[in-house]
This record gives sequence, C-alpha cells and structure tokens, in this order.
Amino acid sequence: MQPIALGIADVSHAYGERTVVRGVTLTVAPGELVCLVGPSGCGKTTLLRIAAGLEELQHGRVVIDGCAVAEPGYVVPPEARGVGFVFQDYALFPHLTVARNVAFGLHRLPAGERAARVRDVLSKVGMAEYAEAYPHQLSGGQQQRVALARALAPRPRVVLLDEPFSGLDTRLREQIRDDTLHVLKDSGAATLMVTHDPEEAMFMADRLAVMRAGRIEQEGTPVDIYTRPATAFVASFFGQLNELVGVVRGGAVYTPFGAVATPGLGDGTTVDVLIRPEGLRLSAADSGVSSAVAAQVMTARLLGRSSWIHLRLLTGDAAWGEGHVGHFHFHARVPGRYLPREGEILQVGLDPTQAFVFPAKDAR
Amino acid sequence: MFSAAPVPIASRPLTLGSHALRFDVWGVWAVVFAALVAIPILVVLGSLLMPFTDAWAHLAATVLPRYVANSVWLMLGVGLGVVLLGVPTAWLVTMTRFPGVRIFEWALILPLASPAYVIGYTYTGLLDYVGPVQSTLRAVFGWSAGDYWFPDMRSLGGAIIVMTLVFYPYVYLLARAAFLNQSVCALEASRTLGRTAWQSFAHVALPLARPAIVGGVALALMETLSDFGTVQYFGVDTFTTGIYRTWLGIGEPVAALQLAAILLVFVFAVLLLEQWSRGEQRYHHTSRYYRRLPTYPLHGMRAGSAWVICAFPVAFGFLVPAAALAVWTVENAALALDPGFHQLLSNTLILAAGGAATTILAAVLLAYALRLRGSMLVRAAARMATLGYAIPGAVVAVGILLPCVWLDNWIDAAARGLFGVGTGLLLSGTLVAVIFAYLVRFLAVAFNPIEAGLGRITLSMDGAARVLGASPAATLMRVHAPLMAGSVLTTAILVLVEVIKELPATLLMRPFNFDTLAIRTYQLAADERLAEAALPSLTIVAVGIVPVILLSLAIARSRPGDAGA
Repeated sequence: MQPIALGIADVSHAYGERTVVRGVTLTVAPGELVCLVGPSGCGKTTLLRIAAGLEELQHGRVVIDGCAVAEPGYVVPPEARGVGFVFQDYALFPHLTVARNVAFGLHRLPAGERAARVRDVLSKVGMAEYAEAYPHQLSGGQQQRVALARALAPRPRVVLLDEPFSGLDTRLREQIRDDTLHVLKDSGAATLMVTHDPEEAMFMADRLAVMRAGRIEQEGTPVDIYTRPATAFVASFFGQLNELVGVVRGGAVYTPFGAVATPGLGDGTTVDVLIRPEGLRLSAADSGVSSAVAAQVMTARLLGRSSWIHLRLLTGDAAWGEGHVGHFHFHARVPGRYLPREGEILQVGLDPTQAFVFPAKDAR
Repeated sequence: MFSAAPVPIASRPLTLGSHALRFDVWGVWAVVFAALVAIPILVVLGSLLMPFTDAWAHLAATVLPRYVANSVWLMLGVGLGVVLLGVPTAWLVTMTRFPGVRIFEWALILPLASPAYVIGYTYTGLLDYVGPVQSTLRAVFGWSAGDYWFPDMRSLGGAIIVMTLVFYPYVYLLARAAFLNQSVCALEASRTLGRTAWQSFAHVALPLARPAIVGGVALALMETLSDFGTVQYFGVDTFTTGIYRTWLGIGEPVAALQLAAILLVFVFAVLLLEQWSRGEQRYHHTSRYYRRLPTYPLHGMRAGSAWVICAFPVAFGFLVPAAALAVWTVENAALALDPGFHQLLSNTLILAAGGAATTILAAVLLAYALRLRGSMLVRAAARMATLGYAIPGAVVAVGILLPCVWLDNWIDAAARGLFGVGTGLLLSGTLVAVIFAYLVRFLAVAFNPIEAGLGRITLSMDGAARVLGASPAATLMRVHAPLMAGSVLTTAILVLVEVIKELPATLLMRPFNFDTLAIRTYQLAADERLAEAALPSLTIVAVGIVPVILLSLAIARSRPGDAGA
C-alpha cells in the first residue's frame, strides 16, 4: 500500500447553519501533486484550511505522515503539523525582509544553517538577489515566489496552496505556475493545491479532485476526468459544451450528428447529450462523409491556438427523431487556423469519444 | 480508513479541549467594557427620569432659553464660518497651483493645534481696552476712552469668530480628502461635456464632496457644543457653562445632569448628521480610477487672491495668536523657572500618560475582540464604546461623578456596617475617576487608528505564522507587536495631546488643587492675568502641534494616485 502523506477522511464542516464540506475523503501520496478544483464556494478552501489546522475540525479526521493530527476532541495546532501553506494573498509579513520572511519558519535551526537554507530556497525560486528587499517593493509575481519559498523553507512533508496564481495577470501566471510546478516536484513534498481554474488544475495536477457543493464529484488523473467525466457538472466544468436533449432508443440516443451509445440507460430515458466543441468534425460540403450533416457557418474566429466556429444546423426534423426543430446553434473548435467564410455550408461529423450522455437534469 | 497509519495519540500534545469548555472571553470583555463606558451616558439620560426639582424649574424659567438660543446661534455661526473658510481653501490647495501652495497644504491645519479657549484668551488680550491694538489706535489718532466704538471680543460674535478660526480645519481636511479622492474621470467627463473648470467645481466636485463637507461641519459643531473654556470666559451662557455652574455653583447635581441630558439631544442631532454623511460618502465614490489630479496654475491677481484666501485663516487662526503668546511668554520669562510651573508640567504629564496608557490598552483589547470575534454583539459593543468622542467633556464628567459619589457612599456605608470603619471617598475626586473620563471621551480617538492598524495584519498572516511553527503567543510577539508598534505609538501621542488640551472634565473631576496646564491657563484667564497665562497656553499649543505634524505626514503619504507614480 502506498504511504499516505496527507489523508483527509470523511471531513464535514459547517459555518453556522451553512454546511460547506460534506463527508470528503481524499489522500495525497509523497511527491504527488493533487489539485482540488471547483467553482468558488464549493468548500475547497475550507478543506485546505482544515488540513492545515487553520480551521477547527468538526467532523472526520486529518492524517499527516501517518499520524492523526485532527480528530473530534483532539487537535494538533497548525504550528506543530509541519505543513507549508501558500496563501491566496501571499500573507508576507510586511515588516520583514524577504530573507527574514523565509527564515520565519526556521527559528529552530542554528543561525548558520538558517542563512544557508534561506539562500538555497530563495535561489530555487529565483529570488536570491531580493533577499534584503521588503515585500512592498516586490511585484505580485515576486511576492508569490517568496511566499512559495517561505512555505518550502522548513522542508514540510505537505504543502498546501490556496489559489496561488489568482493574483497574477495571465501572461505572468503561465510562467510562474510552470516554475512552481517544478519547484514543488523537486521538493518531494505531498502537495494539495486549490484552484477554480480547470486549465490550471490540469496543468499542475498528477491527480484531480473535482468538488461541487461540498462534495468530491470525481477524482482521477486529468486524462480520466477529461475523457470520462462522471457527471454532467464535471464534463461542463472543463469547458463550454454543446448541449442537446434526447431520448434513449435501442441503447443509443440519436443526435443530428449521429447516434451516441448509452450503456446502462434504459429505453425511453430522457438524457442530456454533451458534446465538446472539438468533438464536432468539420469538412467541406462535398467531402461525402457518410454520417455527416450539413451546417451553415454563422461566424468564425481565430482564438490563437485554435479556431472557434459558430454553426447553424440545416438538417430538418427527421434527424432529431423526437420532432425537435432544427436551426440549432452549435460551436466547433478546430486546432490551428481554420476560418471558413460566413454563410459557407460545411459537413459536420461527430467524434463519439467527445460526446457524453447523462440522464436529463430533471430526471436526476 | 487509513489502516496503514497507526494513530499514536499519546505522542501528540493535547492542546485544545472540547468545545464545551471554551469560553468566549473576547465577547464578554467587549460587552462588559462597552457597558462600563456607556455608564456616563446612561446616567445622564437616566436623569430625565428623576424628579425635576425646584432648582430645575428655576433654571427652565430663567436661563434655559438663553442656553438654547446661544447654542443655536453658535452652531449656525460656526457652521457657516467653517464652510466659508474650509471649502474654498481645500479646493484651492487641491486643484490649483500658486506660490506657497505646498506650504498652505499643511499650514491650513495648524489652527487645530490650540484649544479654542487659548485663542479666545489671546484675542481678548490683543483686542481689549488695554491691549496693543486699541492702545495703538488711541496713540495714533489721539482718541481717549469713549471717543470711539470698538467691537467687544467677549460676546457671542467673538465666540463664533474664535471657534470658526479653530474648528474650520475639520472641514478643510475632509473636503480636501474628498477633492483628492474624487476620480479625475468625473471632472474630465464634465470638461468634455463643455463645462469650464469653475463650472465643473460647482456642478460636479462640490456636490460629490458635499457629504464630506457635512461630515466636517458635524465634527466642528460637536467641538462647538463641547466647548467650555471659550464660552465661559466670553460670558456666553451655554449648556456646558450651565452644567458647571449648576453643579459647583448652585450645588444641584441632578439638575446639572438634566441640563447635560438636554445638551446630549443637540449632540445626537449632530451625530446623526455625521453618520448620515458617512453613509452618503460611500455612494459618492465615482470610480476606482485614480490619477494625479490635473491642477490649474494661477497667475497674477488670481494667484494673489488665492494666496490671501489661504493665508487669512492660517494667520488669524495660528500665527497671530501664537506670536502674541510668544511675546507675552518672553515678557514673563521668569515664570518658566517657577517651581509651580514644573509642578503643572508633571501633573499634566501624569494625567496624559495615565489617560493615554489606559485608553490605548482598552482600544487594543477592543480591536482584538472585534478581530477575533466579529459577531454582531461585539460590533455593536465597539460602536457603543466609541460614541464618547461626540459627548462633551462636561457631560462625561457629571455622568461619571454622580455614580462615583453613589458608589463611594455605598462602599462607605457597607464598610461602616461591616467593620465599623468608613472608607471615605474612594473614587470621587481621584485620578482614577479623571482617567476613566478620558477613557470614555477619547476611546474613539485611539480605537479608530488602532483598528485600522490591526486591519493591515490580514488573517492569512496569522495563518502563515502559525503554519510556519509560531504559537499564538509567538505570533503576537513576532508578527503583531512589530506591525502594531507604529500605530500604537502614533495613537498614544494623539491621546496624550487630547488629554493635555482637555479642560471641562479635568476642571470638574480633578483631585483638589491638582492643577494642570489647561487648568492654570483657565484660572489665570479668569483672573484677567492673560499675559501670565501665555506660558502654559504656549506650552499647550506647542504640544498640540505634534499631532498636526503627524496628520500632515499621514496625508502626504496617503494621497491616492501618487502611489503608482
């Protein structure tokens, strides 16, 4: 069995009447980077603070390095847990220099070792030359690096990060999170990071836990979660989707783009069909792809790495089976530059691995 | 769940007990403290439920209408005066450039350094019959007594002028802050829509700043209602002089309390005005886009007029009286060596240090209660406890004195009953009672900056310290103490100076013959020994300049729009 660096077992938490965490269980192995991702208010930050001991445990158990640190009636205070925490606002001490901020958690080391460790960890995050600067003299990105260095300096077995990149502008964010990923992986610490940004979560994580309304909705590798979402919420959390409603007939649901298999759903079940924009394959009108239907280009935009095409279906009622009206508005994403003229007619095919079927919302 | 993880509970320190044992120390402290501080106000208001005596009937029939009329005229006069002096100077200093404007920026708050009564005594000394102005006029024109008319400083008009000169900086400061904080956008929008600079001022800037101006006027009116030294000396009977006379002269404490209660009605009206203005200011913030404000350079006649408009209040509110005090002090230099003066200084310092230390300690504890237990109850308690800034010193004094006397009598009687020995007066007329009065009066002065200082230490900084291995005590020492030191020190200076300037509460409550600078100034002025009062007066003014300097520095640092430049 793999050792557990951080274990959260059946943790629930309420602020007054409002329950924000409902029976969450999650583990992080040494050296593993787990991202807790979900919309704001889903309880992910509360869970992180409970793990650190900044929020009092109400129900469940927290284990660090094989030892319980919080159970009902028994609490190890945050200062004795040996965790590193990077706060959303960095929380650097404004009265201390960068070096003394980083040395704050090293007060038990002899002075010489402490100075060496500060130098070492500051150079790891590329901030060695700012050792004597004060936090207010640094840019947001530099402050974030110092906050990371400060959290890592005492060599914690567990590192917790709360939306560490949300204060940075887009371009800087990509650079900093790349650096942070490598620093964290080098440190060998078990890392639990909270973010509301799915792309960021996929960029950083070995494993993802998608949270919603206080529960973990799905846990797995980024590939798992992206390609096999367990719920409609998880599927839609990772990007805009084309949504259709249909009814299961003979183990499949029929869409204008073709049938999608519906294993485990009985005939007559009303279902939501969610199709990722990249699941719609576009080709020239006369290409003769058999399962394809015709659609008219409303407009097309280049987004950089991909193109985004707004389509209007021209197919009549027949293709819908249940008598839906056509002229639906769909989005397709095509890698690279692909900008068909407005009004052009295209063939649209479906990649069934990019289409997901769930029982309809009202039925659930 | 984690079968591979045995849980060695015994090896871990058991640090926190169960929930049931936790006692909300902070919440209880805040509520008890707020109740204690509310006692004087409750006693004063409660006096309205006590039987109205003959003395009250006499007061109501004779002097009460005069108190009301004088108070209303004072408020109207001072209210108008402070707007006329404060708003134009604030606009000129903020939005225009003319020679000396950088100096006027801070010089315009100098009049705050001296209490109104000191300025009142000084102008009386300058303008009365034997004073330098009338003497010079007589010498130049060969007039003698009765040949000419000269305005009498010691009148309602004189009191209005003096208080306007001393209190206008409240309007100046708030109006200036509002002009500085206004987004350039609103002004530029007005310009692009075809309004001139002056029209923009009238139609955009002034309406946007109106809540701030009203707030400044409210502060000035609170000071006007609180004033005792000026009106007493000028013979303008108001509630504060009435309370003093009814208490000490007529010896009718309950009637004095009832007068104080009526004064509180006026105070609450002004307080409502101030609270309203604060609420409005939130809505008058236009946009978060700040840039260095465009300033209009003035030349020639316009620059000259701007200079005169700004120089007038500085000259008459500060320079002229300070110079007169300096001259009189030099003429009476021998007094400085008088051992009596040293006694005054040490008495003043004892009270100021005691008042500041107590007030700061209470303010820090209250601010922490609010931070750690931000419940509705604690919030309400903090609000209640800091209302004292609006309550005149004379009202606070009588509101404390009477309960002290009751408590003393009760303890004395109880001690006689139990031990056969009386305890005499334990609280009344002691430094403890005076310092409690300062606590009630000046808690808001200390609380607001300390709460702001504490607000700069975010909760995640606490969390960061804890996660990095600091215990709560270590967090307090290593993070909070160094970060709070600055605001605590600044606040201590502010309270220290307020105590030194305070007159009516000290006068009513001090131990017998315990004289301070303010008391001696008051007594010498009452004895018409104005020149001798110059030394203690000048000392008060000199001390009063310290917070003015701190204030100007704070303003210079905090200007929005300059930070990014």
